[in-house]
Amino acid sequence: MTLDAALLQLAVNGAAVGAIYALVALGLVMTYKATEVLNFAYGDVLMLSAFIGWFAMTSLGLPFWAAALTAIAVAGGLSYVIDAGVMRRIVGQPHFSAVMLTIAISFMLRGLAGMMFGPTSRRLETPWSGHSSRLGGVVVADISLAIIAAAAVVTAVLFVLLRTTRFGIGIQAASQNQLAAYLCGIRVKRLNSLVWAASGAIAAVSGVLLAPLALVDISLWSVVLKAFAALVLGGFGSMPGAVVGGVSIGLIEQFAGVYLPDGFKDVSAQLVLILVLLCFPRGLLGEAHGRRV
Amino acid sequence: MSLLQLDGVSLRVGGLTAVREVSVAVPQGEIFAIIGPNGAGKTSLFNIITRVFAPSAGRVLVAGQDITAVPRHHVVRHGIARTFQNIELFDAATVLQNLLLGRHRFPHGGFTAQFAWTPAVRRAEIASRAAVERTIDRLELSAYRNAPVGGLPYGVRKVVELGRALATEPRLLLLDEPASGLNPEETRDLAFWIEDIRAELGITVVMVEHDMSLVSAVADRVMCMSMGEVLATGTAAEVQADPAVIAAYLGT
Amino acid sequence: MRFDYDTSYADAQRLLRHWPGRIAYAALAALLLAGPLVLPKFFIGEAAATFIACIMALGLMVLTGFTGQVSLGHAAFVAIGAYAEIGLLDAGLPFPLALPVAGAIAGLAGLLIGLPAIRVSGLYLAMVTLAFALVVEQAVGRWKSVTGGYDGAQVPDARLFGANIGGLVPFYYVCLAVLVLALLALINLTRGYVGRAFVGIRDSEAAAHALGIWVSGYKVLAFGISAAITGLGGALLAHQVQYVTPDVFSLNLSMQLVLMVVVGGLGSLRGAVLGAVLIGLLPTAISRLKALLPAVAAAQFGLETFIFGLVLAGFVLFEPSGLNGRWIKLRSFFEAFPLYRRRTFVRGKAYASSERHR
Repeated sequence: MTLDAALLQLAVNGAAVGAIYALVALGLVMTYKATEVLNFAYGDVLMLSAFIGWFAMTSLGLPFWAAALTAIAVAGGLSYVIDAGVMRRIVGQPHFSAVMLTIAISFMLRGLAGMMFGPTSRRLETPWSGHSSRLGGVVVADISLAIIAAAAVVTAVLFVLLRTTRFGIGIQAASQNQLAAYLCGIRVKRLNSLVWAASGAIAAVSGVLLAPLALVDISLWSVVLKAFAALVLGGFGSMPGAVVGGVSIGLIEQFAGVYLPDGFKDVSAQLVLILVLLCFPRGLLGEAHGRRV
Repeated sequence: MSLLQLDGVSLRVGGLTAVREVSVAVPQGEIFAIIGPNGAGKTSLFNIITRVFAPSAGRVLVAGQDITAVPRHHVVRHGIARTFQNIELFDAATVLQNLLLGRHRFPHGGFTAQFAWTPAVRRAEIASRAAVERTIDRLELSAYRNAPVGGLPYGVRKVVELGRALATEPRLLLLDEPASGLNPEETRDLAFWIEDIRAELGITVVMVEHDMSLVSAVADRVMCMSMGEVLATGTAAEVQADPAVIAAYLGT
Repeated sequence: MRFDYDTSYADAQRLLRHWPGRIAYAALAALLLAGPLVLPKFFIGEAAATFIACIMALGLMVLTGFTGQVSLGHAAFVAIGAYAEIGLLDAGLPFPLALPVAGAIAGLAGLLIGLPAIRVSGLYLAMVTLAFALVVEQAVGRWKSVTGGYDGAQVPDARLFGANIGGLVPFYYVCLAVLVLALLALINLTRGYVGRAFVGIRDSEAAAHALGIWVSGYKVLAFGISAAITGLGGALLAHQVQYVTPDVFSLNLSMQLVLMVVVGGLGSLRGAVLGAVLIGLLPTAISRLKALLPAVAAAQFGLETFIFGLVLAGFVLFEPSGLNGRWIKLRSFFEAFPLYRRRTFVRGKAYASSERHR
């Protein structure tokens, strides 16, 4: 293989992993924009939904698509319940409390997954597993193409949803000023729960797609740590930014694995996060402004 | 020599000019009020003096010393204390602790001595406490001494903030809308205190205020600003009669 | 009701002003001092581990509880303290000297990290510290020549005047002594002007500036002090585990430390200690509990994680001021008996104000 082809191969692999990060980051941005809560439990919802997908396929004998839909529905429902049942109780308290609460939920979900499925890793078979296509001289695993396609579809759906529907406009209003949105007759609390449900569904999509790349395993949650880097790189709270950031982190990781010494691949996302935030303390897009006095 | 002097101070934020070429001199011992419609640049002026913003042009002199470029936390060493438009108190702390924070600029013993609570630190703390108690007595805050500030009524919180500014022993006190949100009775108390502060402590007071009853009662001179520019300066009656001021408030 | 009739300002400064408090703390001191003489071996070790947890939590409390800077990566400073201790002992430094120097090295690292880290605040700071801890964990594993890498490093014996004090009982007293010293130092720090400045920065940076507090300086200082105390705990932790591998300092430890300060109650040293005791003893309590459960439930993997989450969620939802808040309510119940009002501590409800513009 020539150098160019090798580079291209790396880039495609990176884009596929990056698409997963982008999906995860998208889900995080949604709840962050609407409720200003950075959902630390997001990775665990993702992990749990991968387990649910696996369970539906192996124990219930469902075909892949049905299993994926089951996982999406369960994760969406679970997230709705988490918001409506737990997060809603501390609306109006310092945001640190909300962050701690999502950390608590993440521990509980992780513990639940451990109790239900145990510490062993499982393999999730998709229709694309084991197949690959040739695209302009590079071999691309079909699952990578599926991931990229799914990321594109989810992004497009979200874009349309937020720009054109009443639901989306409501989210935008509430994210600007919760109280004002509430006074305008928007049911802020229910809206927030719906946003959580939607982000949970995205978590399930990414979980089911990530599972064939990695393994269905408790440690699957840690993908959220990479997504944080994507979020920061994308300017925190911007949806197109999250996609760009996710893909970039995926690419950076792949290239760091090849061109940098051992060990850098695993922490390259974290290094990017640290660098970006220290150079641009208010986020790349200047999301945070000085408070007026 | 005037205590506070602004020389052609301007502040541009992006394309907007918040303050345009403001020059004013406030002599020692004066009570000086700044009035003007919302967005006139009054608070921006305070923020320039206390170095929250750096002016795009001009100089700020305090007792002849140029403080245009001193670090933000050094401003208080030049004897400038301020209050904020939307009360900025340390909500979780008690009234006493809030006022003690006002003593931060005075020596409290060495840093390493803090860990050991040496006699020197103890003495410094007692001295701070004694100084703060004088302010508490002056502003009649003794009933709230050990209450967390976060739970106090709005009027009391305003007074605590005033007390905290006084605890720094300033020469110049900047009050940003001290009467906003106060009832008429509290406003009258405030007027007495402001006059006391000037008469007994010799502190020069500059205040931004909308309440003309307070301004007319205590201010020696009034400056009216609009759109970042000074429209008129003079006694309260003169400024209120100025056609430019009337136009700014009522529209043309 | 109890009123304090102070006759001088020095009266108000005294710790333990009232006889019930003095008796309680004297009893506690006697109990802790006599503990190793009567307790079974297992509990002596547990107690020493709890003291170490208390020290580390106190360190984090200075930063997160008092200065309001959230660190989700304090295990990094635990690691730096632990490996500094190993390196110093290997270099031949005697234990009583190595311990404070290890703490100082961690503190220095804290200052170095704090210097850039204070540029970011709030959620961003939490993410930076989290990322920093992950990087340190990785670095510790890869930097074989210094840390022994994933194979781990043997911790040299702690020796005082030639005698090995790494044994169960002497080590218990070492940990207790360090904890008491750290606690006293921090009590003094937090009631003086430095502690007030920390709280001032936490509650309103604008006002802190205006009062002459050098906000960035004190933020870095808080990082340094916090890292030093936590690193001290890390040095002791190295002796406690005796064989150090990178996974001792995983994300899990960082999270447990955060759990301790939140469950204990932010902004109070007593809270750090109470939280560390509760969270530190929870795994032991759970494993004891498992013996009582039916075999199906006892064999469950992940029960511990679940209970950690449950405890944290319970506190955030129902007692945001933590164990310390509970303690204060309990105390005021007895002090005001029979006039205690629940409403005294009820907080108003409000819609969230945006923290994006800070």
